[in-house]
Order: sequence, then C-alpha cells, then structure tokens
Amino acid sequence: MSTSIIEVKDLEHQYGDFKAVDGISFTVGKGEIFSFLGPNGAGKSTAINVLITLLKLQKGEASIAGYDVRTEPEKVRESIGIVFQEVTLDRDMTAWEILEFHGRLYGMTRSDRKERIQEILELVKLEEKKDTFVKKLSGGMKRRLEIGRGLMTRPIVLFLDEPTIGLDPQTRMRMWDYIKAVNEEGTTIFLTTHYMDEADNLSDRISIIDHGKIIASGKPWELKNALGQDLIYLETSDNSKTRAIISDLVSVSGVTDKGKGILITTNDDGTKVLPLLIEEIRNSGISVITVNLKKPSMDDVFVHFTGRELRDDKPEKISIAFGRR
Amino acid sequence: MHYGFLTIYWRDMIRFLRFKTLLISSLIQPALWMAFFGIAMSANFDRLGASIPPIPGVPEVQYLTYMAAGVIAMTVLFTSLFGGIVLLFDKNWGLMREIMASPLPRDQIIFGIALSGMTKSFIQVIIVMVFGLLIGVTFFAGYSIGHTVVALLGIMLFVGMFSIGFLFFSAAISISMETPEGLQGIITLLTMPIFFASNALYPVEAFPPVLQAISTVNPLSQLVNGVRYFAIGDNFTTMGIHYVYTTAEILLSFTILVIFAVAMFGVAWWRFKKAVVT
Repeated sequence: MSTSIIEVKDLEHQYGDFKAVDGISFTVGKGEIFSFLGPNGAGKSTAINVLITLLKLQKGEASIAGYDVRTEPEKVRESIGIVFQEVTLDRDMTAWEILEFHGRLYGMTRSDRKERIQEILELVKLEEKKDTFVKKLSGGMKRRLEIGRGLMTRPIVLFLDEPTIGLDPQTRMRMWDYIKAVNEEGTTIFLTTHYMDEADNLSDRISIIDHGKIIASGKPWELKNALGQDLIYLETSDNSKTRAIISDLVSVSGVTDKGKGILITTNDDGTKVLPLLIEEIRNSGISVITVNLKKPSMDDVFVHFTGRELRDDKPEKISIAFGRR
Repeated sequence: MHYGFLTIYWRDMIRFLRFKTLLISSLIQPALWMAFFGIAMSANFDRLGASIPPIPGVPEVQYLTYMAAGVIAMTVLFTSLFGGIVLLFDKNWGLMREIMASPLPRDQIIFGIALSGMTKSFIQVIIVMVFGLLIGVTFFAGYSIGHTVVALLGIMLFVGMFSIGFLFFSAAISISMETPEGLQGIITLLTMPIFFASNALYPVEAFPPVLQAISTVNPLSQLVNGVRYFAIGDNFTTMGIHYVYTTAEILLSFTILVIFAVAMFGVAWWRFKKAVVT
C-alpha cells in the first residue's frame, strides 16, 4: 500500500444547481479494495463517472495510475476496467463476441485477444457459455461476463459500480469471491455499493458518502469500533428516566433514542455490562420490556455517522435481510 | 490512420446478418412499391405518354423503369435514416457506455456506423435492381458488359455518397435523442418532404416554383439523377418528357451529395462531442 493508484482532491461535480459531489478527497493504495458506501443518490456513481472520464471533471483534482483525469483522459481509459451499474451488454451478441468487441475496442492484437478471452472465460467460469447469446444468460452470468470484460485489458484499477445490484443472495456471495480472486491477482478495486454487508465483507477500506460528502473513512473494524464495543437495545416502561440513570455509568459510551426504545453503546464487553444495566434500571423501579445485544454492524455505523437509515432503497433492504445470517 | 471504426463496423454487421427479418422486410417494401405502385402507374402514365409523338432517335423508357430509380433511392434513404438507430438502442440498453468509456475516438463511431450503413445500402440496391430487372425494368438496355460495369460502379458511387450523408445525419439524431419514439417521429416527419419533393416518382417540371426549387437541391433528387444517368442513359423520353443529362449536371449532383455528406458529418461530430452517456 505504499504507492497510491487513485488520488482525488477536493472533487466537486454539479448538475445545474445541484451539487452531486461536494468536495471529496481520498486515495486508494495499490492492491486495495476500496469502497464507497452510501445510499442511492449519494453521489457515488457521479464520482465514479468523473473518475472513469465519462463525465467531465469540473472542479478539483484526480489522478489514476499516475495519469491526470483532466488532461490525460485517454491514458486513464487505457489503465482502467469498468463494470457499470446497469447491464451494459448487447442481448443479441454471444459471450465471446462481447469480449472480442471489447478487445478490439481497446486495440488489442488478434493473438492477444484470443489468449485473453480464453483466460477470462476460465476466470469467470463461462467457458461453456462462450457461444451463448447474452439474452440466454442468467443475471449472475451476465454480471460475471461484465466483470470478465472489465478485466480483458489487464487494467491497473477495476471500477465496480454496484456490482451485485439485483442479484440473489447466493449469486452475490459468489460474486464477492470472484472480486476477491481478481484482487488477489493484483488488481486494485474501487467499488461503490449501498449494501452494508458488501462493503464490510469485501473492502480493505471504506468511505461512507452521503449528500456528496465523505463523512467517515477507515477500515471496516475501525469504523465499527467508533461505535464502542457492543450495542444494547432496551425498551423500558420509562425510557427518558432510564437514559438519565445509565448515561453516567462508566461502561456506557453513548445513549441515543431508537424507535420505541434506546440504543446504548458500551465501552466494555456487552455481555457483562447488560446484567449491571438491568439491575440499575430495576432498582429505580422501572421495568425492562425488551432487551437486545449485538456487535455493531455496518448498518449501525451508517446510522451513527449519518443519523438515519439508508434511504429510498426499500426493495433491496428485503433482499439484504434474507442474505444475511 | 485509426482503424477503430472497423470494430464498430464488425459489430453492426453481425447484428445486420443476424436479424434476417429486418433485412427481408427492408427489401419487401421496395419490391411492393415496384410491384403495385409501379406496375399500376406504369399502365396509366404510359398511356398518357403514348399520345405524344416520339422524338426520332431518342429511346423511350417505360414509367416502371423511370420510377425504379426512385424506388432504389427511396430504399437507400430509409435504410440510411434508420442506420443510426443502433446507437440509440446502445445508449439506452446496450454498449454505448462501454464504447464511450473506451479509448476509441468518437469520430470512429461515426465512421463505423456510416460504413456499415453503406454496406447495407449496397446489398439492398443490388437486390432491388435484380428484382426490378425480373419484373420488366429495362435498366442497362443495350449496354455492353464493360458499360454495365461502369454504370454499376457509378450507381454505387452515388448510393454510397448519399447514404453516408444520411447516416451521419441519423447518427447525429440518434446520439441526441432519448427514446426510439422520438427518433421515429423525426424520421417520419422528414421522409415525407424528402421523398415527395423529389423527382423519385414523377417529373418535377410541373411542380410549383417553390417545390421545384426544393426538389432541385434535395439530396434524394441528386441520387435519382445519378441512378437514371447510369442505369438508363443521358438522353431518353418518358411520359412524353425529354430527359437530357449532361456530364456537368451529373457532376453537380454528385457535388451536392458530397457537400451534404460533409455538412452532416459536421453535425454528427458536434453532437458526438457534446454527448454525455452515463
């Protein structure tokens, strides 16, 4: 991680009056998997589109693999691979044709294309689907084909914009394995996601982005540690009184209202703190209705930093709930 | 010299050959025009023309032969106007993002689409001509083999230049539009005046002055002039009207097509430069 592959400083991007990206700065080191985590509309895709030169760089500075995004877009294009958020395939072409087209587009020689297509089909396990039309491939296969295509030219950085959107839980996990395998081969990966578990599982480092700004950055465990060791959720007969009683305790690092109860972050092992808390509350004549203890998840981290749950992505939430165990 | 346009060409031709229905339907339309409109009108116009005494030494051609040139031109017009539509589909559902994010210069996209559209036009023109000859069109009458080959090359030169112009134009609108319906609307709006304010189906001599002026500069008229000159000859009568094409006139027609193509390339280049696909 000594050299940085992506360097971004004070990047801004505006659509009319709306500032989609509002002054973000970050670096991504060689060989890292770096994630932008944020809700839909947070500015993730806009930022990625500026970096891959599909959108003009309006304000700020950005370089990829040592090339300036503003002044050397051609060089940037040659150094990167991209997997777009929406499917970007021709339904009426075969898997082989999709890869061949891509290789030609990037000016690869005939022999290089031939060799590389074979390697890619093996990597994404589509050898047998080589001559199958895209419209006959499953969602996961299409995604794999797109990832394979992104890797055709042996890019230094692979950009993945919401790589597992719309995939079923099992396929998502298999996608994660592919992404990790690609990374282990030495490709730096920049991904955007609004799935907490995806960012948590894949990334070496995460930047949480909301309203066009980076509001927290770090390794997944660092972000989670910012919330204390454990989380305790309590519903009592008198929440406000409970808050007053426990907020002074040494083992409690913070208390916030959540739904019908309160959420407590602890400084100490939650399993030991919880009995003490309940005793204290009972002694004050308050009864405890519901108790829940858990390790902080990325969801909690997100809520902690943004003060709210991920917005406008209800359908996906259901699939997350099923996907996790 | 960049050969990136060949990538776009290769891919567009794959699609063309794959979708046989598109190919076949685009051939049926001109065939129907000739078979129904052509034969029916031919009977009428030729009867009218018969009342006018023929000019000695000037060959007389039937209306069907006269309008076959127009039908060829119409086929090329339609194919070319719709030639860019793949770009619009790519933009909404396909490969355009990939292409735009690749190192391929944008003018190569325009050239690639123009080249494949031109190839399609050539294929169609040949098929329409063969069909025409089968139902009684008297193209290349009395020509030697050498003369026929030259005539064919001349026709293809006109067809190629004309189709490139309209393909550039089609590419320009396709990259600017959001929906296929919008594109369809514009094209339908344009085909009417281009087709009917031309000499494709009938002589323009009796047109009101404004319409006549439009038809004189209309690129479609230039193509029709070229096809008639090469396929029928430089001196013939039809429906009692005496047609004489001088070399200068034909060169002027071709020059107009070249100017049109250059101008349309300018428009396409401008639209592609401005295009943002995300």
